[in-house]
Order: sequence, then C-alpha cells, then structure tokens
Amino acid sequence: MAEEKKKSSYISGRESLKITRFNRKVTKKLEEERANAIKDPKLYTTKMKDENNVVEFDNVCTYFFTDVGTVKSVDGVNFSIPKHATVGVVGESGCGKSVTSLSLMQLLARPSGQVVGGQIRLNQGDGTALDIAKTPNSVLEKIRGAKISMIFQEPMTALNPVFKIGQQVDEVLQIHNPEMSPEDVKAHTLHMLELVGIANKEGVYEMYPHELSGGMRQRICIAIALACSPSLIIADEPTTALDVTIQAQILELLQSLKDKMNASIMLITHDLGVVAGMADYVVVMYSGRIVEKGTADDIFHHPAHPYTIGLMKSKPVVGKKVDKLYNIPGSVPNPVDMPNYCYFRDRCEMQCDKCKGQYPPEFKISDTHVVSCYRYFEEGEQLGYPQSVDVSKLI
Amino acid sequence: MFKYTLRRILYSVLILFFVMFLVYLLMSNMPSGYIEQKARELASRPGAGKSYSEWLEDLNAQYGMDKGVIRGYFVWLSNAITGKWGDSWAWTKPVTQEFHETVWFSFILGLVSFIFEIIIAIPLGITAAKKQYSFTDYFTSVISMVCISMPTFFIATILKYVFSVKLGWFDLSGMQGRNYMNLSRTGQILDVAKHFILPCITIIIISIGGLMRYTRTNMLEVLNADYIRTARAKGVPEKKVINYHAFRNTLIPLVTTLGGSLPGLFAGALITETLFSIRGIGYASYSSMTQADIPFTMFYLTFISILTLLGNLISDLLYAVVDPRVRLS
Repeated sequence: MAEEKKKSSYISGRESLKITRFNRKVTKKLEEERANAIKDPKLYTTKMKDENNVVEFDNVCTYFFTDVGTVKSVDGVNFSIPKHATVGVVGESGCGKSVTSLSLMQLLARPSGQVVGGQIRLNQGDGTALDIAKTPNSVLEKIRGAKISMIFQEPMTALNPVFKIGQQVDEVLQIHNPEMSPEDVKAHTLHMLELVGIANKEGVYEMYPHELSGGMRQRICIAIALACSPSLIIADEPTTALDVTIQAQILELLQSLKDKMNASIMLITHDLGVVAGMADYVVVMYSGRIVEKGTADDIFHHPAHPYTIGLMKSKPVVGKKVDKLYNIPGSVPNPVDMPNYCYFRDRCEMQCDKCKGQYPPEFKISDTHVVSCYRYFEEGEQLGYPQSVDVSKLI
Repeated sequence: MFKYTLRRILYSVLILFFVMFLVYLLMSNMPSGYIEQKARELASRPGAGKSYSEWLEDLNAQYGMDKGVIRGYFVWLSNAITGKWGDSWAWTKPVTQEFHETVWFSFILGLVSFIFEIIIAIPLGITAAKKQYSFTDYFTSVISMVCISMPTFFIATILKYVFSVKLGWFDLSGMQGRNYMNLSRTGQILDVAKHFILPCITIIIISIGGLMRYTRTNMLEVLNADYIRTARAKGVPEKKVINYHAFRNTLIPLVTTLGGSLPGLFAGALITETLFSIRGIGYASYSSMTQADIPFTMFYLTFISILTLLGNLISDLLYAVVDPRVRLS
C-alpha cells in the first residue's frame, strides 16, 4: 500500500523528461493550429445549435499540460447560456468552474492550458457563431470586453494600481470604439460610474484604485465589464472577497444592470445562497464534469445527483437546529489520473450496482433537468456520454 | 515631500559625519603610510643629518598628522567644509584639481555603459519573462548567469586577448594612440573614444546580467498579477498589455534601483579603469590608496559616501514619483 502511494505521487527523472517533451510537442502544435486559423475565417466560424443561446459549450475539454502529467480540468462539459438568462455554475474548489469561464474568454495560462476538444460557440447575432477555442487571438481581442466581459473574484488586485480609475474605464471604451472622441469616452465613463452607484463620480474618476474600498473597486470592475454593453457577463465569484452587506448590494446591482442591458450572466460561485437568489438555470460541476443541470427550481427543490443532494444538505438553514452540519465525506480525486467510473463513486452514499461500470452518461429526467447518475438509468432518457480527448492522439 | 527631503538630507549629514570619522581613523592608523615611507627615504639619503624618527616627527608636523585622531579629524573637517581639501601627496597638486581632471573620464565611461546596459538588459529581461521557460528564456538566463559570475579582470583579459592581441583592433591599454599628438581635434576625440570601447564593453558585460535577471523577475511577477488578466479580459491587445500595463508596473522597482545608481556614475570603475589604464577617478583613487595619500583618499571617500547617500535618497523619492500608492511623509 505504502509503495503504491509513493508511486502515484513520485515521478522519476526519465518520466518527467518524457512528460515535458510530450507537453512541449502538444502545446506547440495546438498553438500553431490557432495561429494558422487567422488565414481563413472559415476555420473558426460555425453555426449555433439554437439561435436563442448566447454561448453553447459543446463537450468542451480544457486540459493543462503540467510537469506531472495532463490535468483534465474541464472534461466534456455540455451546457448553454440562453439570451437574457442567468446561469449559475456551482461546485467546490477545483472542480473546473473558473477554468470553464477562462476557456470561454481564452484567458487560460497558455501554453500549458489548452482547449483540446469540443466547441465553445459564441453567437455573433448574424446567424453565424465563433468557435472560441479555434479563434485566433487578434479576433478574440475584439470580443473580449465588448461581447463577453468578465468580473473577477478579487477586486483588491483586479485593477491596475498605477493607473487612475478613469483611465482604466476609458481604456475599454477606446479599444472597442476607436471612433469615439475623448470627450465622449469620458462622458460615457462617468455615466457608467453613476450606473454602478458611485456617488462622487468626478472625484473617483481621478482616483487611484488604492484609494477605494473593496466594494467600490468591485463596482469599478463591473463598470469596466459593462461599459461596452456585452451580451454575456461572466462573474467569477464576484462577491467572495466582499462582506455580506456589500455582497447583497453588488448582486442586486448586477441583476438590475443585466436587465437594463439585456445581457446574460454566467455566475460562478460556490455559494448556493447566491445562486438561489439570482440564477435561472444552474449547472453543478464536479471534478471537471457536469453532474447535474437544470432550472434553479429543479436543482434546489428536486436535486437528483447525490453530490447535489449532499451540497444542499451541507448548507446551514436559518431557523433549523442541527447538532452537526452535514458534510460530504472524502475529497476531490487527484485530477491527473482520473478513473473511468463515476468520479463521485468513492464518496457516494447511494451507490448502486451499475456504478461499478464506466462513467455514467447524461440522463434527462424532465424537459429541463439533466443528471449524470446511474440511479436514473430506469426512468431517465439516456443522452450522450461526456467525451474525453485522448491526448496521445493529439500529436 | 519637501519636508521629507529636508529631513532625509539632515540625517544624511549626520551619517556622513560618522562615516568620515571612521575613514579618517582607519587612514591615520595605516601601517607604513606615506609619511613613514618619506621619512625612511630621507633618513637613508647620504648626509641626511637626521635619523628616521626625527624625520618622521618633522614630516608629521609638516603634514599636519601630529594632532591625534580626534583633533586631526576636526581640523580636516573644518577645512573640508570651507572647501580646503588640501594638496594630494601622491599627485602633488590640489586634490580638487586632480579630481576635476579625472572624474569626467569616469563619468563618460559610466554613462555610456549605463545607457547601453539599460538598452540591452531591460528589453531582454522582458522578452525572457514574456516567454517563460522557452528557449529564449533559458538562453538569456544562461547568458546573464555567465555575465554575473565572471570577474571583471577575466572578461577584460579575454577581450584584450581577442580584440587587441589576436585581431589587433584596439590598443591593449591606455587612453591615447601613439600618434595622438599629430591628430586634429576631432581625430583626438575619436582616438580617445576608440580606447574607451573595450572598457565600456567590459562594464556592460558585468552589469547587464544582474539587471536582466531583475527585470525578468519583476516582469514575471507583474505578468501573473490579476490586473494583467483584467487588462486581457478588457480586450487590450497583447502588445499593449506587455508594454503598457505590465511594463508600467515593472518600472517601479527598475526606476528606483536605476535612479539610485545614477550618482554612482561619478564613482568610477576602479578595476576596469586600472586594467585599461584609464585615468579616471577610480584609477586615481586606487593609486592614491596604495600610496597612502590621505588627503586625496579622504576626499574620494567623502565623495563616494555623498553619492551613496544621494543615491538612496533619489531612489526613495523616485518611489513616490512612479508609484501612486507611496506617499512620503
């Protein structure tokens, strides 16, 4: 046993060299492919499956080629973000929530992080769609900040400390609207600052980030994200670093601005309370895969996957007295060598015989509710399996 | 800011007072100094008339070294404050004149190397950071390590061997060619410039390694910062992310260190100047020290101390200029 354990975490020099060489080869090839795509827009334009979606994730696989092996951070993720809707993505730390959003923005730590399979389709609004994973950087730069924008977790460090607030908001407008005059840009910036609830907008325009509080800074980040009226706002744990009062204010602000701008929100969080209050649809992720997705009502009132049920149970409820708060036993498995059976099996309290088999496919248990668990083998309509990418075939 | 600067200057004066006292203490206790040597020389002359100890006493009185350390120091200090630095024993001319004749060579040598150092090292450091763990990164890292590790005399010797001995492009040492006197004014300047090339290259090679590593480290730290991700998420083109958003932040530590080293341009490069026989302040101070020339050494060390203190002050002030988060009070 002890030896086996040692084996799993220890890598010999030769192995490490092999991995490094392989990683370099793969990442180089993928980078070249992306760089070559610039020659022909056909290589990265596709069609949406459903025109009412802003973004469709279709079996997206985002892998990190690290020195200890390939980490499948996101492995066959399937979901879509409808227009004007809020989609909450929940799951514990390290389950691939943020990596999913970064794949959409293509802000992964390249070259080690790569989208190796599947499609991320972004609706262009004219019947065509962009396949984000294959789109060259120069095209993406026009999309980031203008069509999709992102609000990050840490408002304290998300703003550049050496530039004034005004400059930072102005910049995003100038980049995406080069025809705007400096006066117009400033006027729009001030308007945005007002919109996010900053009282002293003229003063704040001239301030540096360190002169503002955390909540104020997050408001600035929201102003930057919304300045170009994007069709999708990704909020990556926007309130984790803020205290509860400010948290409520920020979420309210986000919700109201979303309605004003007719945008969609992809809300990433591990706070179920936040999701319950904001989201229309909820996606539950575990170890890089989606275990359950559905409307907020489906997930909160009829949770189907044992993991979701566990999550709900481990949430304290106001007014309900319990001796001990429930917790899901065990922890997330090692992402380097994932087994080919349900990732949650070893922690699951509701195992059945089928669980010994391969990773479960998706089962549709109602029009909106999809779950990946063999417990619904009988009643649910079987959809596809999440497809992994065989990295050795990439070369 | 003004108040802060004033306070810092007052502190510096205090520090300078004690530093110079220590230097004076060390200098006046040097075994077998200039005066002892002179006394021995005079006593051993035929028909000297006086013995060694008599000569020593005489000379000590003549040179003003018979007052003891503390009194001697205050006498030196009061003279120095009024600008009377005395005459150099080794060069037999006023200290300030010798300083004036040598310092500009050092300054030009320092300035040219400094400019090239910045031009070469900073872009290389940024490129290395941009492509971390790539071939370029490893290559520049190895080069900079080699540059840091090699001693000055070794580089100078190799350069001399290759470019002077083998290729014969430059003279081995010295500041002027053999027919310097026959050249026109511009010809003379060009001749001196040519003799400065190898020393400059030597200094550049030793100094770029450190600056390159420093730039790379700082750039890497900045590139991993959240605000760089924000800039990318805003759709800022990659070039602008690096050259504007990231570089502006990397500039904070760079400007402060480089600004702090500005006064050092006057300090001279002792080893390089000696190796190439450049009559700069470093070379002059070196020969003065070997001959225990107290007035010149005291003057030079005072000068260096002032430069160091000034460098610290400048780098602290620059911090407040480039980083809006820093307020001096």
